[in-house]
Amino acid sequence: MKSGSNLERVLKAGHFAVTTEFGPPKGTDLSIVKNKAEFIRGNVDAVNVTDCQTAVVRLSSIATSAILVQMGIEPVMQMTCRDRNRIAIQSDIFGASALGIKNMLAISGDHHSFGNQKNARKVYDIDSMQMISLVKRMRDEQKMLSEDKPFQGEVPMFIGAAANPFAPPVEFRAMHLRKKIEAGADFIQTQSIYDVDKFRQWMKIVCDMGLDRQCAILAGLTPLKSAGMARYMADNVPGMQIPESLLTRMAGVPKERAAEEGIRIFCEQVEQIREIPGIAGLHIMAIEWEHRIPEITERAGLLPRPVMQGNDFFSGDPQCR
Amino acid sequence: MIKAKRKPLEELFDLTKGFQRILCVGCGGCTSVCLAGGQRETQMLKTDLSQLFRENGKSAHISVFVIERQCSPEYISDIEDMIKDYGCVISAACGAGVQLLAERYRSKPVFPALNTMFVGLDRSTGLYQERCRTCGDCQLGYTGGICPVTCCSKSLFNGPCGGTNINGSCEVSRETPCAWNEIYERLKMQNRVENILSIHPPMDWTDKGPGTLIQSGYESRYIKK
Ligand code: SF4
Repeated sequence: MKSGSNLERVLKAGHFAVTTEFGPPKGTDLSIVKNKAEFIRGNVDAVNVTDCQTAVVRLSSIATSAILVQMGIEPVMQMTCRDRNRIAIQSDIFGASALGIKNMLAISGDHHSFGNQKNARKVYDIDSMQMISLVKRMRDEQKMLSEDKPFQGEVPMFIGAAANPFAPPVEFRAMHLRKKIEAGADFIQTQSIYDVDKFRQWMKIVCDMGLDRQCAILAGLTPLKSAGMARYMADNVPGMQIPESLLTRMAGVPKERAAEEGIRIFCEQVEQIREIPGIAGLHIMAIEWEHRIPEITERAGLLPRPVMQGNDFFSGDPQCR
Repeated sequence: MIKAKRKPLEELFDLTKGFQRILCVGCGGCTSVCLAGGQRETQMLKTDLSQLFRENGKSAHISVFVIERQCSPEYISDIEDMIKDYGCVISAACGAGVQLLAERYRSKPVFPALNTMFVGLDRSTGLYQERCRTCGDCQLGYTGGICPVTCCSKSLFNGPCGGTNINGSCEVSRETPCAWNEIYERLKMQNRVENILSIHPPMDWTDKGPGTLIQSGYESRYIKK
């Protein structure tokens, strides 16, 4: 075991893993965190806690993740390269480990020009690839960057990375994935997939390269809530591609039945994706739809979630490994 | 070369409105080339500023002088005699030139006329694009001559982020090409994609305070044993 996290155990046991996403609130109202978390409890294996997504200031992903740990819900702490230099990154990883966080996702992060602090100075001291190598070094060798003397204590972190199979340069994306695995990624969560055929073709390349055997690939899916949201995402979300046929299908149902249609499409996609060789699980990005996670996971046949033997995570004790 | 842009006139007026005699000093170097601080632009600055003074019911005597290169000590002594007659100086050089002037003529307030923008190239007359962040560790060798520090909005070293738009533009702006898409395409064309297949380690940003450069061959002159 690299981290002993629930997610790692689920994947290691060969179960089809399910993760979802959790957006921390703007502010310090913890009741929001707690209420949302209850919808997730027991319905997924771990939940990604976003790190000021779309570059809007929110409750930090470390603090939110630590609260989830206390609640007995397993977080995947997202960490961007946008706001921290290598000193802060390493220090925050120590902090996360000390608070009992055992999964993290290293990402470059949405550019600050999207958010509510447009005049900020960007950091990007190291990139997500370098962050992955750095966490791996901290975990496997107990060493920091540029230092040969090991530090004290352990950093049992299950290391995640993101992949976008469809964005240009498309040919390079599988090579880029291989690079992330070489850097130390244990699991991959992909960008939201809407074109399953295209994704199947990409996975064929990935499997031919043997990458599915070197790390766990979780396919990203986002249920569509409405025709408007589908159109908005297709036009505005960086790196997002939605086939015209789906946009038409969403637009073809009356407004009040759109969400239902979205969930139907989602369930069909889950069916298709489970059949694709090399897929180890699913990452559900249901933005501001946490309250529907119980229904979505139920209807997609993803419940019950496996309860892992020897999982000491749910004791809620940060020291407990 | 260095590219610069004139500050808003109101800001310059605010800085200098307490003075009666103002010397506007242009620069014949980079800021002249990018049409921000040469003879013509400094003359224009004088005209515009004088007008704003008048509009505000003030009068000031404003003169213009253009120094060959404000970042070089040999040239800035050109205004040594002249400067005594002025209360302050507005320099239309880059930030380095402004500072050399301020350092040489310590007792005079020296104000910047320009915002120094970047190291860039000329696309056309009056049209410039940023291409270098002077990182001190040039990466262009393995990236097909496209700077990942400058041209990638996130300064990534190991390939694109997930945000590249379908048309190959950067997630930040549909008008800006994704640097990593271009890097890949160019390397592919040159048959050297392997350049970007191995992991590039974290940069040495040499971000340790104001830098000093001693050109090789000149060490004995400046480094005391
Ligand atoms: S889209 Fe391309 S240029 Fe823009 S931040 Fe991402 S990798 Fe860099």
